[in-house]
Amino acid sequence: MHLGNYLALLTGSETALAEAFATIRDHHRDEPDIGYTCWLLGTWSQAHVQALAPSVARYQAQKSAEPERLMQTLFAGPRTGSLALMRDLQDVWLLANQVDLCWNVITQAAQALRDSELEALYRRCQPQTQRQIAWLLSRIKQAAPQALVVAA
Amino acid sequence: MQETRDSITDIWGARTPYRSEWPTRVDERVTETPDHWVQAACVLCSNGCGMDIGVKDGRIVGVRGRAVDAVNHGRLGPKGLHGWEANNSPDRLTQPLIRRDGTLTPASWDEAMDLIVQRSRAIIDQHTAGAIGFYTSGQLFHEEYYTLSLIGKGGLGTPHMDGNTRLCTATAAAALKESFGSDGQMGSYTDLDITDTILHVGHNIASQQTVLWMRILDRRAGPQPPRLVVIDPRDTFTAQAADVHLKPIVGTNVALLNGLLHLIIAAGAIDQEFIAAHTLGYEELRATVAPWTPERVAQVTGVPEADLRAAADILVSAKTLVSTILQGVYQSNQATAAAVQVNNIHLIRGLVVKPGCGILQMNGQPTAQNTRESGADGDMPGFRNWGNPDHIAELARLWNVDINIIPHWSPPTHAMQIFRYAEQGSIKMLWISATNPAVSMPDLPRIRQILGHPDLFVIVQDAFLTETTRLADVVLPAAIWGEKTGTMTNAGRTVHLSLKAVEPPGAAKADLDIFLDYARRMDFRDKDGAPLVKWHDAEGAFEAWKECSRGRPCDYTGLSYAKLTGDSGIMWPCNERYPEGTPHLYTDYHFATDPDYCESYGQDLDTGASLSASEYRALQPNGRAFIKAAEYLPPSEIPDDEYPLWLTTGRLVYHFHTRTKTGRSADLCAAAPDAFVQIHAEDAARLGIQAGDMVQVESRRGMAQAPARIGDIIPGTVFMPFHYGMWDSPDGRPRAANELTLDEWDPVSKQPHFKYSAVRVFKLADPPAGEDRAAAAQAAAPVAPDAPPNKKS
Ligand code: SF4
Repeated sequence: MHLGNYLALLTGSETALAEAFATIRDHHRDEPDIGYTCWLLGTWSQAHVQALAPSVARYQAQKSAEPERLMQTLFAGPRTGSLALMRDLQDVWLLANQVDLCWNVITQAAQALRDSELEALYRRCQPQTQRQIAWLLSRIKQAAPQALVVAA
Repeated sequence: MQETRDSITDIWGARTPYRSEWPTRVDERVTETPDHWVQAACVLCSNGCGMDIGVKDGRIVGVRGRAVDAVNHGRLGPKGLHGWEANNSPDRLTQPLIRRDGTLTPASWDEAMDLIVQRSRAIIDQHTAGAIGFYTSGQLFHEEYYTLSLIGKGGLGTPHMDGNTRLCTATAAAALKESFGSDGQMGSYTDLDITDTILHVGHNIASQQTVLWMRILDRRAGPQPPRLVVIDPRDTFTAQAADVHLKPIVGTNVALLNGLLHLIIAAGAIDQEFIAAHTLGYEELRATVAPWTPERVAQVTGVPEADLRAAADILVSAKTLVSTILQGVYQSNQATAAAVQVNNIHLIRGLVVKPGCGILQMNGQPTAQNTRESGADGDMPGFRNWGNPDHIAELARLWNVDINIIPHWSPPTHAMQIFRYAEQGSIKMLWISATNPAVSMPDLPRIRQILGHPDLFVIVQDAFLTETTRLADVVLPAAIWGEKTGTMTNAGRTVHLSLKAVEPPGAAKADLDIFLDYARRMDFRDKDGAPLVKWHDAEGAFEAWKECSRGRPCDYTGLSYAKLTGDSGIMWPCNERYPEGTPHLYTDYHFATDPDYCESYGQDLDTGASLSASEYRALQPNGRAFIKAAEYLPPSEIPDDEYPLWLTTGRLVYHFHTRTKTGRSADLCAAAPDAFVQIHAEDAARLGIQAGDMVQVESRRGMAQAPARIGDIIPGTVFMPFHYGMWDSPDGRPRAANELTLDEWDPVSKQPHFKYSAVRVFKLADPPAGEDRAAAAQAAAPVAPDAPPNKKS
């Protein structure tokens, strides 16, 4: 059974996502709206990691190296400025979608296993992942015209 | 000098108890006997009282309330009775100014406008119109906003248009959109005449809208007085009159309101039938508020359990209920989420739409409502939905422009983001009309830096030199109320016509004429090559606006200047169906939530993320109202060892905004001459501060100094009024509350969080006697006052 591998991929990705939110807070301190929202969204991912811990233990998930590799390719060096904000948000969006997909895969397996605990966890957490993605998309759409067309 | 009362000492006047109607009482104050009267309305708060301007020999000599007007039945408050003196002030700007070699120097209109046009063209050529931003006001007339809206959205095609209404009223609009699908006040002031219960949430109505407070006082003085619940951390005039006064720690509104919702549900006082037929989302609300027991609420908000229960008992037994909401909610943590919870109280109790049941999501400034309706702020004209291509196409047809000119690819840029783009240099020209961001915006040190940057071309259109004109490249002298004609809409949807009574001073021009002149010089054209702006005066603009409003919630098509002349103001919608206007919206319980009609598809209350059209459609709202739940989230900055106190800011009864007008009335100035720092006796004792001591307040952003005032506030919190800037600071000391405030805003409404920040306070000097005070305060100041930097040439 490979559910353990996927749970590892999910917890690793959620951890990376929490870190990514912290990273953009750090890169873009001059964007007053970024800090608090990214803090809030980061706490959701942290909570997901904690909530997943019993399932991770149950299915004996090992640590996955993949999310770390992903992080390295995504956030290459500190970036500031309007275009950099776009790029950073885009990278976080990619990570958040990875998390979302993992949740979808896992809930499929959970249903096949009749693991109602894991299913309930999905129902609680995945809507928050969706909200993270929705915010990222809204913020990217807002920033794009100015960053790509007007800014020098 | 003649006056019906001294409104400085007798703010609300004698009681005229309500008995089956609110009696008329005409308030008047004139310095000389007028030779004639001219119909107008007051522009010093969102109440919009009907008033006549008294004119003698071409000068304004006084005002009186209009007895026929439904809003005030003749009454006026201190600001209305005194504020007109600003028109006659010798400080008025009478000619354009252009910055040359670092100094503002007189220029002709041609020179000033040519320069603006030349800079506009150069910027557009190089960077597109996306490098131009407009920051307007809550104090112009509707015709001016609508013209500006067309110029910006249909002429230049810039998404960067907002007003200082972002600071005062954005959350009112957002909360109405979230719950009911569109902006638009549901209730009517007349609900206050018959309701049995009134709830004021973060709204010091006694100081803010003195005349509406008179209406409440008169109800309280008549038979069957309504019960009054007030939520406010300070002992305001309003709170002092309350039956129950809840004093939450600043930033905890959602926790408190969730606690009230919890108790209402626990008492079984919900209207199941109404909820099932007309709302969506009740189950989530029930689950969200379930853990908010009085005990938990007390821990988070500091409000004793017994007080919370007493307030809930009143709400549970209310047969009718009017709630009013203002800056204590709008400018605080989780602004929209909290404002929506007040809507929810009404929705779960089924207390909406019916007479005596109203939600008044209030406005701060007099014509804030018009900024919202006309699209001169971060909205689309006529409450159209930026995310709905059909709405934009309709606008394009109306304006006869290509749909792609009108920016609708993302939400219109909000004020805070406009300033951020200016800070980053991608906005290169900022046109500020009738407002003073160098005092009214949060985190003033940053705002001064942005406006003072040599690469930003700043145009300021105002009646006076202000802290903001100091940073301008071009200053345009504007005519104000009484010197021009236009309409304005109050917080209760009542439209008034305010007529020109006198000529503006010198070469000052109506804002409308300045915008029209710009459009002409820029040669904006429609699709067929005809001039884009097709009107030449206020009435022409109003007629064009009527077409824009047709079929939208704010339908003005039944109004005209003639209809608005002579009698009372009229509440929109006013059209074929409602030829005399209407007191209540949604009388068929069909809210504005249909996907094709709504102004917004809604946002996530915690993050502000927009719902897509398809997500919204999938909810199948079908005219039902949304009950949106919110979990309490703590504020981002909370007191710590370094900055151990909360600062909250607010208004005083005698002043408006940054006192550019009210500061020119000798009586209003004398009544409230200076800023102050209000502090609880316990905190004061610990810090060795006595009443009158000059104290310094510091935050992570800046510092301000003002004399201390002890009491009428909860421990751990200090208060400063936001009105006072530098232009007439008696000793050059920095005293603007916004030197201290936070650079952050509500994720949904984008309204800044003025109501809390962490500060420290210490005493500067003992209070010197009389005249020496100013000198002593200066000597005691540890650092040089942070004067606005003079703009480099
Ligand atoms: S209540 Fe407002 S509108 Fe009425 S007189 Fe006072 S300031 Fe003017």
